[in-house]
Amino acid sequence: MRKISYAAAIVEALRTSLAEDPRVSLVGSYVLGLGPKRVLMDPIRAEFPDRIYDPPTSEAAVVSVGAGAAMAGARPFVDIGTASFSYVGWSPLVNEAAVARHMSNGTLRVPVVYHMLHGLRGGGAAQHSHSPQAMLWNAAGLEIVQPSSPYDVKGLLRSAIKSDNPTVFVNHARLMDIEGDVPEGDYTIPFGRGDIKRPGRDITVIATSFVVHAALGAAETLAAEGIDVEVFDPRTLVPLDQDMILESVSRTGRLVVADETNLNCGIASELSAIVAEHGFKLLRAPIARVARPNVPTPFSQPLEQAITPNAAKICDAVRRTMAWT
Amino acid sequence: MTTKALDRQTSLSIFERMLMIRHFEEAVIQLYKQGRFVSHYHIYIGQEATGGAVLEALGEKDLICTTHRNHGHIIGRGCDPNRAMAEILGRATGFNGGRSGTLHICDSNRGFLSTSAVVGGCAGLATGAGFGLKVKREPQVAVGFFGDGSLEEGLVIECFNIAALWKLPVVYVCENNSSGAIGPQQGGYPTAITATDSFTRLPAAYGIHCLKVDGTDMGAVYTATVEAIRRCRPGNGPVFIEAFTTRWPGSSPLWPELATVTDLNDAWDPARITGPHADWIRRHDPLLRAARELVATGHASRDELLARDRDARARIATAANFAIESPMPTPASVYDHVFA
Repeated sequence: MRKISYAAAIVEALRTSLAEDPRVSLVGSYVLGLGPKRVLMDPIRAEFPDRIYDPPTSEAAVVSVGAGAAMAGARPFVDIGTASFSYVGWSPLVNEAAVARHMSNGTLRVPVVYHMLHGLRGGGAAQHSHSPQAMLWNAAGLEIVQPSSPYDVKGLLRSAIKSDNPTVFVNHARLMDIEGDVPEGDYTIPFGRGDIKRPGRDITVIATSFVVHAALGAAETLAAEGIDVEVFDPRTLVPLDQDMILESVSRTGRLVVADETNLNCGIASELSAIVAEHGFKLLRAPIARVARPNVPTPFSQPLEQAITPNAAKICDAVRRTMAWT
Repeated sequence: MTTKALDRQTSLSIFERMLMIRHFEEAVIQLYKQGRFVSHYHIYIGQEATGGAVLEALGEKDLICTTHRNHGHIIGRGCDPNRAMAEILGRATGFNGGRSGTLHICDSNRGFLSTSAVVGGCAGLATGAGFGLKVKREPQVAVGFFGDGSLEEGLVIECFNIAALWKLPVVYVCENNSSGAIGPQQGGYPTAITATDSFTRLPAAYGIHCLKVDGTDMGAVYTATVEAIRRCRPGNGPVFIEAFTTRWPGSSPLWPELATVTDLNDAWDPARITGPHADWIRRHDPLLRAARELVATGHASRDELLARDRDARARIATAANFAIESPMPTPASVYDHVFA
């Protein structure tokens, strides 16, 4: 199969969606971030000049406009840019888009996609490094997607744009250059279905987004030590493939959860709680979490590295868990 | 008296909407006093000419977004008062199965977007609806109702910018009901806290066409709305209407009070109006004003209006009974309708 970059896979999904459905429009167009891959958006701009709207720097209004347009029957893909700025649009996100379906007793649909680039990207410091997906998971009514591979991002983005629900689509700036196998044809990946990125017998490592790659690196290191790691990527938080998580833990009996959201009330915390609550008997050791500590993200590289969930920290957590008696 | 400009059918249709709103709201307060529902709530009395006339001017497929003070827009649009009242009482038969309550009633079959009780939220959704209409190349307009307090929210100002930039078919209807409000210093409900001396300066800064009208004058509101729709339907961009009303004394306290009770005969016999709020009834009650003008212009007789009044009261009494007798939703249904 041909290999293309994660960024190119996003562009293919956007292009197919725009060509397929005239109700789809892009509001904001820095979907690929500000890195060199951004030029991959140029052909889309050229092909659909009247379908791409570059809005003013008004995140609250832009999020709100996306929600209202979706209620009126359009299917906007709204790019918020750096995920830290989504907080400016928090009220329409959690107070309008997320709740309209329920408040209307199922009579309104809100088919909008909110796209944002999250995470520790190198020098983003405290205001350009946030991973707000755990906070959004705490608000009922939003589908949350965070792919980790070019194949997944293409299929999941196609599903997100076809979805009749408000969907938060979280990409990581550092994923953009990653290459992988991607079919040329159109396909979708259903929400709520996780993926085993590396099968293993001894321990399950659940990882999300860019941290999946750290977990795969850790698994290689640990394989040399005789520890066979299974790396599981839930791909979507809402809906969550809880069955597959428990199935993996039932085979390995040990769990490490590695993720870039903050430790307190983060993704690792919620996934750990789910396994502890529903799979206590499956566990042969306490669950370990590798997450971002609860400090504002610092700028200087040694400081940023100190709080970044990486392969070395995942290796340490796995070794501790394997050694627990 | 701009009611002269309206034909008989239009002015009576607006009056009908106003009557239904008025009696609905009086019934809501009584039901609250009887302990039939919990929650803070907001009453539309005093603004009926604005809602009634704007909704008269709208087409069947136009889109509407309203606020915590939505009862008047729901009833004024002609939505089923039984289901609206049932929603306020949290019943399974309500428009939203008891999920929205008084603050968020939504009848999506009549063009309502999600009703936002977040101040200014509806302006954003209405702007988005305008964007949706533009994307879909549909000829409708989106109307966003909100109070003057919404102009204290940054999101609304941002939306003016976007709607003007993209020439969206949005009619912003700012119902300025701050006149006569007592505000928190006197223990009343909050009212405008702003440094501007004119709210239209804000949309006007973005080149948005602005109209100011007396919100108790149904003819003026109707004429302004028709002009606004005529301008924005063909793609000339948004219009902002500011409709001024004097706060109904019952909406001045923190919790609504039935401060005045409507008697249509007062319209023609001001001498019989007494009590602490006689001035509001004589000078600022839009329903009595409309009744006076309908008779003065020869569009209707007193008896005809009184008969319509009795009929509206009866329909609202039916709605209240329907709501009271309707079942509550079952707890097991709480997980329904989170996702499509």
